[in-house]
Amino acid sequence: MALEREKRKMKNPKIAIVGGGLAGLMSAIKLAEKGYALSLFSLVPVKRSHSVCAQGGINAAKNLKGEGDSPWQHFEDTVYGGDFLANQPPVKGMCEAGPGIIDLLDRMGVMFNRTPEGLIDMRRFGGTKYNRAAFAGTTTGQQLLYALDEQVRRYEAAGLIKKYEGWDFLSAVIDEAGICRGLCAMNLTTLEVRTFPADAVVLATGGIGYIFGKSTNSIICNGSAASAVYQQGAYYANGEFIQIHPSTIPGEDKLRLISESVRSEGGRLWTYKDGKPWYFLEEWHPEYKNLVPRDIASRAIYKVCYELKLGIEGKNLVYLDITHLDPKLIETKLGGVVEIYQKFMGEDPRKVPMKIFPGMHYSMGGLWVDYNQMTNIPGLFAVGECEYQYHGANRLGANSLLSCFYGGMIIGRSVVEYTTGLQSGVDSVPSTVFERELKRQQQINDQLLRSADGPENPYQIHKEMGEWMTEHVTVIRYNKNLQETDHKLQELLDRYKKIGLNDRGNWANPSLPFARQLYNMLQLARVITISALARNESRGAHYKPEFPNRDDENWLKTTKARFTLHGPELSYEPVDVSLIKPRPRTY
Amino acid sequence: MDTKTVHLKIKRQRRPDEASYWEEFEIPYRPNMNVIIALQDIQKNPVTRQGQKTTPVVWDCNCLEEVCGACSMIINGQVRQACSTLIDKLHQPIVLAPMTKFPVIRDLLVDRSRMFESLKKIKGWIPIDGTYDLGPGPRMAESERRKAYEFSRCMTCGCCLEVCPQVNPLSEFMGPAALGQVRLFNAHPTGQMNKAERWEAIMGPDGIANCSNDQNCVKACPKNIPLTEAIAELNRDLTFYGILGLLRR
Ligand SMILES: Cc1cc2nc3c(=O)[nH]c(=O)nc-3n(C[C@H](O)[C@H](O)[C@H](O)COP(=O)(O)OP(=O)(O)OC[C@H]3O[C@@H](n4cnc5c(N)ncnc54)[C@H](O)[C@@H]3O)c2cc1C
Repeated sequence: MALEREKRKMKNPKIAIVGGGLAGLMSAIKLAEKGYALSLFSLVPVKRSHSVCAQGGINAAKNLKGEGDSPWQHFEDTVYGGDFLANQPPVKGMCEAGPGIIDLLDRMGVMFNRTPEGLIDMRRFGGTKYNRAAFAGTTTGQQLLYALDEQVRRYEAAGLIKKYEGWDFLSAVIDEAGICRGLCAMNLTTLEVRTFPADAVVLATGGIGYIFGKSTNSIICNGSAASAVYQQGAYYANGEFIQIHPSTIPGEDKLRLISESVRSEGGRLWTYKDGKPWYFLEEWHPEYKNLVPRDIASRAIYKVCYELKLGIEGKNLVYLDITHLDPKLIETKLGGVVEIYQKFMGEDPRKVPMKIFPGMHYSMGGLWVDYNQMTNIPGLFAVGECEYQYHGANRLGANSLLSCFYGGMIIGRSVVEYTTGLQSGVDSVPSTVFERELKRQQQINDQLLRSADGPENPYQIHKEMGEWMTEHVTVIRYNKNLQETDHKLQELLDRYKKIGLNDRGNWANPSLPFARQLYNMLQLARVITISALARNESRGAHYKPEFPNRDDENWLKTTKARFTLHGPELSYEPVDVSLIKPRPRTY
Repeated sequence: MDTKTVHLKIKRQRRPDEASYWEEFEIPYRPNMNVIIALQDIQKNPVTRQGQKTTPVVWDCNCLEEVCGACSMIINGQVRQACSTLIDKLHQPIVLAPMTKFPVIRDLLVDRSRMFESLKKIKGWIPIDGTYDLGPGPRMAESERRKAYEFSRCMTCGCCLEVCPQVNPLSEFMGPAALGQVRLFNAHPTGQMNKAERWEAIMGPDGIANCSNDQNCVKACPKNIPLTEAIAELNRDLTFYGILGLLRR
């Protein structure tokens, strides 16, 4: 048996990883370290992946401050913060692995901030009482990504990892038996479409912010890859759970995150009412005032702008004011924030109140995976923000980076197990399977380039999708509006049939991939909207005024959306709450 | 109503092997615009200032908060990140051109793969024994960590290569960015165990000897990385290393 396995190993399974953010790179390192050669696909040079944006930190209960923190406590906080919607065993595994992951990153040379003794410093985040997040200056994600990028480069130099940077994943190649046998991708410069045979394909394609038009995410976070495999039969789970950050600087191009620390240090939110400043949070929540939790602050701002129409200058904006704070305090505690605001808005927050609005920040939902990170399509795995597993109905700050690493560690084990156990490798799959998928994808390109003079502008469709999703499918959700949003999305899908590309060139033409991604975004937008419509309760980030309470009796279950030609079809599966009994979530 | 507009002049090129040409655009002004927003406007509605339909301008960007390094381009003669360059602070017409030290793929989009190749060459990594749980890493003084952090923020954006006179078609010079990374890894408690390897890597014809100390790199770096400091330090290290090598002979 063991010999048999060795023999198969000798045949060198083909492994493809799509995505070079933290999750994809960690998966790659784990597999390369075991001697597996693999291909790594990414839209951008992996070093520019969205993970660079994470600022705050990465959680791990290392208990470096004598507070009695423990992985179990971390597990408690995560499950509770996620409003009990996450299956508990994998979350427990993640929290237990946390301290070891920090040690590993430390050994890789991540420049974590240090204590006077030269140990790793820790800071506190929302949803916990412990100083549990390791951080590297104000660019933790960047520092972590670079450390992994460097290790991957080492394997690349050694010939074990081959990078395909500047390739867009279009679809999985699935054989007659329903097994994933590779992928189809398009080179963004030459626009060449190619299939790549693989015994296992790992999707690590990150978040979906671009579906909301503007978000705190990078603009390549469009969920297109996840949507593509959803349309090929992969389940998309808990799509309705979208985290909104209360304070972002709205730009026409993106929403830039303003740290919560501004409110902790005394920042006040206000807008004009009857010509006078109105501190709405202080009026509505006299006890907590400006320090209400993220979701409550976001809901209040939405109410002010969308329902009361009292945003600044009629726009969806309110003031976040620090002009009254001691300049010294601003300097020492809020220097980074001031710098960002000044850089992008050209105004000094010490003198003029900042203008902010809540912004789409993170998707708790994602591709459904089992405890081995495998989707329901055998051979197709998912890891990182593009899967649903670790955060339940709401993610705690600094837990996402951790879940990327932990998921990558699981991949390192489960992909090996899967490929070793395969009856027959990809080499025995008839070439027709690949030719069929290649043809299907090429036809889509041909069609798009032929229809290039249709009247509908894809950028306009994208804008409308983003506006509808942002207004109706984020902070406050009404069934009527969700219903209308789905109708709107169907209208947009209909209009999509008549789009025109403003560039038909066959060289480095971003209009083509954008049009393809737009279609996938529309399909995934429907999943998010329909899943939200169905869930008649409020849980974590999902809030319906018509159903303001959590309803465990009916809704303690995972949403699973399956693609059909008539739209997403929902089914549910129970949540494994075997370790911590659900209790009400009140902060 | 505000009828102000933004006037842009953009250097375009369809393919690597074709000649470049200029096109002008005029778009409606809005407060807080940056160069990316202007380019997005053109992307949505690619019509020149003369009212001629054209193809959208192609450029590179991703994070839009100046941490990914993608959107470097030459703006009014100065290389910088398009996302953090505000329209309000620029003279018009705003002139956009691709960086000149890298092959143009199309319009403002260039191929910076040579920078990543240099990182391979200098062995820019900590050679860890494996990702198994081997306990914590080495301790480090916060002061040293802070210094190293300055170098570890390098986004491989290419601005320093763009302004360096020694990076040119006649030279193989890897440029300041990679040298800064040598400084970073050689100062790390584990990384320094292999510092000789990295020194060797920068002693060749594409290495540190090319630097003519023009100091342009530090000024152009969007992250204010003390690149010339690193180069000076490395030069000292190499002199010492060279003498040792001679003595050993
Ligand atoms: C502003 C901001 C701050 C944050 N701060 C924190 C924090 O402090 N702590 C924390 O824990 N989390 C934080 N997060 C969340 C965290 O950054 C992300 O969830 C995490 O980085 C996602 O990593 P990933 O590896 O899954 O995906 P990403 O880093 O997004 O990488 C995705 C990869 O997939 C590739 N890709 C995508 N689509 C395709 C395709 N179609 N074809 C080929 N390749 C493709 C991309 O090129 C990229 O390489 C923050 C998020 C934001 C937006």
